[in-house]
Amino acid sequence: MSTASLPHAFQALLKRDLTLAVRHRAEIANTLLFFVLVTALFPLGIGPDPAVLKTVGPGIIWVAALLAALLSLDAVFRSDFEDGTLEQIMMSPHPLSVLMLAKVLAHWLITGLPLLVVAPLLGMFLGLPGIEIKTLMITLALGTPVLSMIGAIGVALTVGLRRGGMILSLLVLPLYIPVLIFSASAVNAAGAGLSISGHLSLLTALLMLSISLSPVATASALRISLN
Amino acid sequence: MNFSEFFNMGGYAFYVWTSYGIALIVLVANLLSPIYLKRKLMTDLASKARRARQQS
Amino acid sequence: MFTFFHKMASPKYFYGIAGKLIPWLGAACLITTLAGLYLGLVVAPTDYQQGDSYRIIYVHVPSAWMSLFIYMVMAIAGAIGLIWHIKLAEIISISSASIGASFTFIALVTGSIWGKPMWGTWWVWDARLTSELILLFLYLGVIALYNAVEDKRTAARATSILAIVGVVNIPIIHYSVEWWNTLHQGPTVTKFDAPSIDTSMLIPLLIMAVAFKLYYAVVLLMRARCEVLARERNTQWVKKLAGTA
Repeated sequence: MSTASLPHAFQALLKRDLTLAVRHRAEIANTLLFFVLVTALFPLGIGPDPAVLKTVGPGIIWVAALLAALLSLDAVFRSDFEDGTLEQIMMSPHPLSVLMLAKVLAHWLITGLPLLVVAPLLGMFLGLPGIEIKTLMITLALGTPVLSMIGAIGVALTVGLRRGGMILSLLVLPLYIPVLIFSASAVNAAGAGLSISGHLSLLTALLMLSISLSPVATASALRISLN
Repeated sequence: MNFSEFFNMGGYAFYVWTSYGIALIVLVANLLSPIYLKRKLMTDLASKARRARQQS
Repeated sequence: MFTFFHKMASPKYFYGIAGKLIPWLGAACLITTLAGLYLGLVVAPTDYQQGDSYRIIYVHVPSAWMSLFIYMVMAIAGAIGLIWHIKLAEIISISSASIGASFTFIALVTGSIWGKPMWGTWWVWDARLTSELILLFLYLGVIALYNAVEDKRTAARATSILAIVGVVNIPIIHYSVEWWNTLHQGPTVTKFDAPSIDTSMLIPLLIMAVAFKLYYAVVLLMRARCEVLARERNTQWVKKLAGTA
């Protein structure tokens, strides 16, 4: 029996996770519904004044995206941990960090990408102008992968714990703050007619940093949690 | 400068002394905590060993 | 020299050395603290803008410095423990966590109290205060994770990873929060950013910074000794110490 090459292993893991996700389509829907619901809660809490909603809108949608990402993180390793597949993956001859990248990519395609699709709808709910909605989608495209990658580190640290979900939020949310700041202010800046190239460069830098560093951290964290 | 002037801190007495007070409380608590921990650890070890000797 | 480091890695040797050092460090800490407080509260002149309330600086700023310094130590010690499997490094890392969190708390509270007479409110979303708040959450995360994992060796390794991830993020968070703050607050210069500070006011500040470092050393060694006892409880030398060998 020949061992598969690294690209093949990556692809196989990616395909497997996506196939499993498609079979449990309800999971995807849950994250989306949560995103929409949380966003819809804010006008109910703050009041329907369009001017206020337009000002706080980008921040609200981004916070809702953060929370939706946080809630969806448990699914990254949960089922594999419970049926022992995770340990199998860890015993593979391929570098674990690359396999982690495959898992996180699958997770983002399942939970992050749909947020992008739904964002224009939420922008409309909060009365955001077109330019802001466009910027919102760009920031979500750049930011949600970072959320998945940083979040994966947190899940890897807490996967073996009984009440890991509670601690996960505490661990991961402070690390999400830079993404939130740069994205929300990019949308606000676009709305005010200012240039957003600086914001987008910073977001891209964060993306590059997480792609290169977080799989390694996730792999180490996983090895420690499941020793 | 006499003591009451010093204590008054130019009218800001509440702010200055509350700050220093809270800092003092937290720092003293941090100092006492390992002392208490060590004592508790030692008595725990001693009582566990005593129980082990009683059983054997 | 090498044998010194080799011996230091032994918990038993560390326990002994630390025990001898603590009284000396404690005495030095007490002296510098009293000197700093005297110079800061009595000798330093009153600020013409802020009156005597600026004296809060002598606990606020050193605490903020310590909160960052300790996080660095926690992360570096954690990394050393992780990479070279040195138990003592792990112990130093986790023993630092609650001390660092305490200093962060002090910095936040004193900063907030200082803000009231200056800005009229108990809290402002000033860049420094907001960064300290996030730092507090990072510390609490480390402490929570350590308490949640049963096996303390695993716990120490997990928190080391978390601390390393945190340390990489701290400059990013600092920068982003400062940037966020200037976006929304305009050109008002925060009182914490004293552009130039008079020497007579600076000296007590530096002395307090040294005093706080000595304090950290004392409490760190005390906590580390407790942690060593807990981990080595089944060894002969600990049993002898507890009088139960």
